[in-house]
Amino acid sequence: MNIYKHEFKMNLNSVIIWSVAIAALIFIFVSLFSSFAKDAELLNEMLVNFPEELLLAFGMTGIDLSTVLGFFSFAFLFAQICLAIQAANYGFSLVSIEERELTADFLLAKPVGRTQILTSKLLAALSGLTITNIVVWISSFAFIHLFKGDRTYEPRNLILLLLSILVFQLFFLTVGLVISLLVKRVRSVTPYAMALAFGMYVLSAFGSMLGESKLENITPFKHFEPNYIVQHAAYNLPLVLISVTVIVISLVGSYVLYSKRNIPSAV
Amino acid sequence: MSVIEVNNLTKYYGKALGIEDVSFQVDEGEIFGFIGPNGAGKSTTIRLLLSLIYPSSGSATIFGKDCIQYGPELRQDIGYLPSEVFYYERMKVIDLLKYSASFYQKDCTQRLYELAEIMELDLKRRIDDLSYGNKKKVGIVQGLLHQPKLLFLDEPTSGLDPLMQRKFFKLIREENQRGVTVFFSSHILGEVQRMCNRVAIIKEGSIINIQDIKTLQHDNYKKIRVAAPALDEKQFEFEGVSNLEKNNGTIRFFYKGDINQITRKISEIEVSDVTIEEPTLEEIFMHYYE
Repeated sequence: MNIYKHEFKMNLNSVIIWSVAIAALIFIFVSLFSSFAKDAELLNEMLVNFPEELLLAFGMTGIDLSTVLGFFSFAFLFAQICLAIQAANYGFSLVSIEERELTADFLLAKPVGRTQILTSKLLAALSGLTITNIVVWISSFAFIHLFKGDRTYEPRNLILLLLSILVFQLFFLTVGLVISLLVKRVRSVTPYAMALAFGMYVLSAFGSMLGESKLENITPFKHFEPNYIVQHAAYNLPLVLISVTVIVISLVGSYVLYSKRNIPSAV
Repeated sequence: MSVIEVNNLTKYYGKALGIEDVSFQVDEGEIFGFIGPNGAGKSTTIRLLLSLIYPSSGSATIFGKDCIQYGPELRQDIGYLPSEVFYYERMKVIDLLKYSASFYQKDCTQRLYELAEIMELDLKRRIDDLSYGNKKKVGIVQGLLHQPKLLFLDEPTSGLDPLMQRKFFKLIREENQRGVTVFFSSHILGEVQRMCNRVAIIKEGSIINIQDIKTLQHDNYKKIRVAAPALDEKQFEFEGVSNLEKNNGTIRFFYKGDINQITRKISEIEVSDVTIEEPTLEEIFMHYYE
């Protein structure tokens, strides 16, 4: 419990900054809705004339920007990118920070096992991510109600969309963690986190542009494509299962790698 | 009873050798010196015993239990002061020490404040505002606050001023008198000589000698200096003499063997001055490293 508390406290500033930033992002997007919706007919006509590839890249095929959730699913993609970077960041730094700042000797010479350390750290990171998650829920509902005007939407679909966040975060947290344990030393977390988050996004965007491609099936941006969830009022279940499988493998791999890891010394 | 028992411990970092085939025992209540130059494998040995790293082969027990399998349990009674101290930079000293104390079953608060007072540590400052020496003090308090039964000190005095070093050694001696076993790694021979009962000398990853510190000094070598008006160093070139050097009508050498033989030899010549003394550990050490 003491490690959990310590880790949570160390991370709290970052959690607050991320949460506020993502809430602000949602606010800005949703606030534009009323002006978009007014000229919805025009806008949808314009979208039809856009090159197909561009629409695919932003997951906007068949999107109806005049509906509340159609518009929101477009905004949600950007929130997803931020959530991915945040979760990947926590994953990459979870264990590597102790080795980079050379505090691993302090922690590991204490009377605790590695499994316990990793579990506490994972739970602390997950708690942080859950705070951000809750903030996204609250700001989504609040800002939609604030700006939707007299239009209606299906709350069930919004809930479905927001429920996907947890698995989405877990994917980047655990994959980041297992990669950080596979490499010898993570010198700087940000480039790794950016590479993983944007890499996955680009894979999803270009994957759809290039048509039938197996590669896009590994990215959670595809597994939890907001447009798909809103349009079908359901998850793309086979793809979601891929996400879950990757999470389980990464988790098990992380525990195995960490309990065998030789902690590099300071000098 | 042996507190530490190391059997054929070997560690390779990839292809690079850490330590090879290291075996030794540390008895309860002793201060065991572990000397060797940088890179000889001192820290590797300690880190293996704390299971910060895992051996390529061989094994070690602490208090009779395997140091990997029972690691977490064993570390309740182990204190560790690393050679380089690093702590969470943004924390205050007192918060770090309390965090450290929270890992142990016993209440460490009283001892924490006692130690901080002895080491003159300012508890309210942030870790990243501390000088290296002050961080080292945090390390000392952190390593001792749970009253461990076994202490690993890895080059503990670097960064401490002489006054603090004295206080630190006094503290370690007091702990030792209470029955604490101390594993003292250092490359400074003077402090090992002052503190330790037995000493292991490690070179390039292998132990080359383990001896009682007094035996090491007494039984082995004598340092002899002879001053005489007409001196021919060839007279002293015989079995047991080493490091013979001559300048300004004085010859110096180390001698190992029957002391009567050398005094007879010296009595044959007209000398103006003779000294026969114990070599310092430094000199013995240099001998091992030639």
